[in-house]
Amino acid sequence: MLRLFEFAGRPFIYLLEEFGRILLFLLSIAAWLFRKPFRLKEILKQMEFVGTNSLVVVLITGTFTGMVLAIQSYYGFRKFGGESLVGATVALAITRELGPVFTALMVTGRAGSAMAAAIGTMRVTEQIDALYTMSVNPVQYLVVPRVVASIIMLPFLTIVSDFIGIAGGYFVGVKLLDINSGIFMARIYDLLVVDDIINGLIKSAVFGFILSLIGCYKGFYTTGGAEGVGKATTQAVVMASVTILVSDYFLTAVMF
Amino acid sequence: MIELKKIKKSFNGQKVLDDIDLTIEPGKITVIIGQSGGGKSVLLKHMIGLIRPDSGKIMIDGVDTTTLGEKELNEVRKKFGMLFQDAALFDSMNVGDNVAFPLKEHTKLKGREIKAIVEKKLLQVGLKDVTHKMPSELSGGMRKRVGLARALALDPKIILFDEPTTGLDPIMCDAVDKLIVKTQQETGATCIVISHDIDSTFRIAHTVAMLYHGKIIEKGTPEEVKATGNPVVRQFIERKVEDNNF
Repeated sequence: MLRLFEFAGRPFIYLLEEFGRILLFLLSIAAWLFRKPFRLKEILKQMEFVGTNSLVVVLITGTFTGMVLAIQSYYGFRKFGGESLVGATVALAITRELGPVFTALMVTGRAGSAMAAAIGTMRVTEQIDALYTMSVNPVQYLVVPRVVASIIMLPFLTIVSDFIGIAGGYFVGVKLLDINSGIFMARIYDLLVVDDIINGLIKSAVFGFILSLIGCYKGFYTTGGAEGVGKATTQAVVMASVTILVSDYFLTAVMF
Repeated sequence: MIELKKIKKSFNGQKVLDDIDLTIEPGKITVIIGQSGGGKSVLLKHMIGLIRPDSGKIMIDGVDTTTLGEKELNEVRKKFGMLFQDAALFDSMNVGDNVAFPLKEHTKLKGREIKAIVEKKLLQVGLKDVTHKMPSELSGGMRKRVGLARALALDPKIILFDEPTTGLDPIMCDAVDKLIVKTQQETGATCIVISHDIDSTFRIAHTVAMLYHGKIIEKGTPEEVKATGNPVVRQFIERKVEDNNF
């Protein structure tokens, strides 16, 4: 009986421990965020890596998300003559949900995994210990710039994704499916409000924080050589993606 | 002066360091020998504050570092330079930036001055025209030399070497040994070397200490250690394996 409880309780204890470690890591980030030296050069480097270098992948996914959404909603709405709502549906779905979520998931796959791999490799090759021996705190030098850069860049990427997604929807709706251009745009102006866009951008900043926190955390506590780095990278992507989707529900419930 | 007083450390209930008392003489080369996985690197990492002991004191120039906060500990760490086993060079930076890193972090020197020091330190370890190379382009021996140049960048009083000859061919081992001796003579620094390479140990050490089952079981000059009657030390330095280990 005791063994049964032990068996059932082990994952729960592991989860609690993991949560505690993340919380301590977070506190350490918060403490180092406001201490000098402020590493602007590192932040800019990470902004380029997280933001600029993710632009192409965000453009492609954003475009095709808008395009597929336009096709799907067109065939749905056509059944009751509501084709004029395609533009507004695409715009609302993209700005509120798909833009921020898909952007965050793509950046998690590209930059979040790279954060875990880079920091994890530094851990197993003693580069993090080397930073300590040179009186440089690795959380401040490696983690804070990545977290700050992700929080700043995700909303920018989401704006791009929102715009290109609606453009993709416009192309499919107006150019391929012959919806009247004026009606397509007018419905967007009627139904889309600034708050939809702003709330989507707030969400994306939160997602940027989540993906960088988890990517850096998994990398920072990597053990077990090259295999450990691989595991940490996979875990970072899975954990960040799940957390983004779960938190999206709660953020949506609070915001809209 | 470095003094370790009654240092105890366990990992997952397993004792790694058990009541270690060790005094390192300043301005000398002390080599700590012992079996692989016997806690030598753990001992070295205690000295520079990378690992905190479960109990005991680590005195660096009279200051107990086990009670210091991060900020104070960082000040003490500036007295140290450390060469890691695989050099631990930053992959994302070239050789020049690796060596310049501590200077950029802790001095207000201008770019030109930093460049001059970097070249001087690289020359000191026998390297020329490598500043633009990436660590991945270097051989094992060159990586260690660059690691040493980085460790020397701030002219530390204490230099730690974590198994400096591991993984190197015999000629490169000899070159690294000579480099350690030359560095100590030129800088007058206190050098602590972790090794299980007996030949290398007796070539470079002023003092040899042996760590066995978490305790320092022998300490003395190379001649004293060679003449010891302690069977465990004898077995180690004569490279004998007990028959019952097979």
